[in-house]
Amino acid sequence: MVPVTDAVTPSVTPSPSLEVAGLAFAYPDGHQALFGVDFSVARGERVALLGPNGAGKTTLVLHLNGILTGGAGTVTVAGLPVGKQHMAEIRRKVGIVFQDPDDQLFMPTVREDVAFGPAAAGLKGAALEARVDHALEQVGMAEFKNRPPHHLSFGQRRRVAVATVLAMEPEILVLDEPSSNLDPASRRELADILRSLDVTALMVTHDLPYALELCPRALILSEGVIAADGRTGDLLADDALMRAHRLELPFGFDPRSATMGA
Amino acid sequence: MGAGHAHRLYRHGHSPVHGLPPHTKLAAVFAFVVVVVSTPREAMWAFGLYAVLLALVARHARVPAGFLLKRLLIEVPFVAFAVLMPFVAEGEQVDVLGLSLSVNGLWGAWNVLAKGTLGVAASVLLASTTELRELLLGLQRLRLPPLLVQIASFMIRYGDVIADEMRRMRIARESRGFEARGVRHWGVLAKSAGALFIRSYERGERVHLAMISRGYAGSMPVIDEVTASRAQWSYALTLPFVALLVCVLGWSL
Repeated sequence: MVPVTDAVTPSVTPSPSLEVAGLAFAYPDGHQALFGVDFSVARGERVALLGPNGAGKTTLVLHLNGILTGGAGTVTVAGLPVGKQHMAEIRRKVGIVFQDPDDQLFMPTVREDVAFGPAAAGLKGAALEARVDHALEQVGMAEFKNRPPHHLSFGQRRRVAVATVLAMEPEILVLDEPSSNLDPASRRELADILRSLDVTALMVTHDLPYALELCPRALILSEGVIAADGRTGDLLADDALMRAHRLELPFGFDPRSATMGA
Repeated sequence: MGAGHAHRLYRHGHSPVHGLPPHTKLAAVFAFVVVVVSTPREAMWAFGLYAVLLALVARHARVPAGFLLKRLLIEVPFVAFAVLMPFVAEGEQVDVLGLSLSVNGLWGAWNVLAKGTLGVAASVLLASTTELRELLLGLQRLRLPPLLVQIASFMIRYGDVIADEMRRMRIARESRGFEARGVRHWGVLAKSAGALFIRSYERGERVHLAMISRGYAGSMPVIDEVTASRAQWSYALTLPFVALLVCVLGWSL
């Protein structure tokens, strides 16, 4: 008799949160950054996008919400193709947290910054206020609601930056180098927050231990193509693969012996 | 709101003047200044009354005189010109302490000094009872072109960021042994200024990207709608109204 399992129905699930197919892009100056990128992220997954500097990571991120378009290939977010006709909807569904929180937080107070996205989508009054409160609670920054962003510490600003995107209730959270410039304590706090969120996430990083800690699955983007796609632990343990794509683990770090929280 | 982190002109308080909606205060100050400027310069007593009016407002707002007077000093460079007028103007002359001064020039200097001081005092009062953030909301409410309000709000948000960047560049210069001594080093300073401009410009582009990523399409969403009741309006407009009475008297007497 064949034992009945209930976890083998991937084909029945609704459209994936993110699907990228054959994406290629060259900048106007002729520099080609992407040469046909294919991958998909299922709903609820946390995926790391690894790659050395200049691999095209940022270019790829800017395609996900249609800031860059015009190359070949398609990006589909929860079944909706990224294109001119549903741009507002796409930008609400894809929440990008940029690397420098000073770029992300442009309003005079934390509260207004978190409210910006939902207010631009037409939310008002008590519903808007509730959305802001909830987003700030998710990142543990509720008591800083009325502070100006430039009076917060760097780690706090990064957390508020995450809240500004969470407030839009995105289909997928895209984080560009979430751990950069954070001290170890802020780094761990952010990891705890990210792990507690029930949201699909794509984490662009070259902080390999952080990727291992948070993301069960990883992609390697190298020279404009996806060079590998698999379990994060397996990829990091593959020395030849890592060396071929200029990815290096910190001194003394062994992915085989690391204990994972996720 | 964030106590201790406000701008330097602002004085935290809970007076009735602090509590007024920002757009009513803006309108009141603007109307007051217009009234003061249109008062004939010969009606010297009227300017005295205006000063008394402002003093009353300051008392209501619990802004101490010393605080107000110190901030009035900002006016000094701008009125230096007024002091010159009695010496350079043409026309009838009078002797004061052995100096020959122009009568017309004296009137002109008085005119600039009195109206300027009253205008600055009213603005300082506004600034010390209203937070910058509120001022922007008030301007927005008074239908100032949204682009101007956005520019002003970004200035507040990024002023510190850019000042900090400038400080880091100065430290980097000095750490490599540079010291600005005289004209020969202006070139280096000019290049730093250029670099700062380019950095700020690039930041502007990144901020714009972040904005459109969150659904910005040319106009800021209204997050806080400021409203004022009839009572608040009439309370705020008492100042320009009384001033107007004084002004009318000044013309008819």
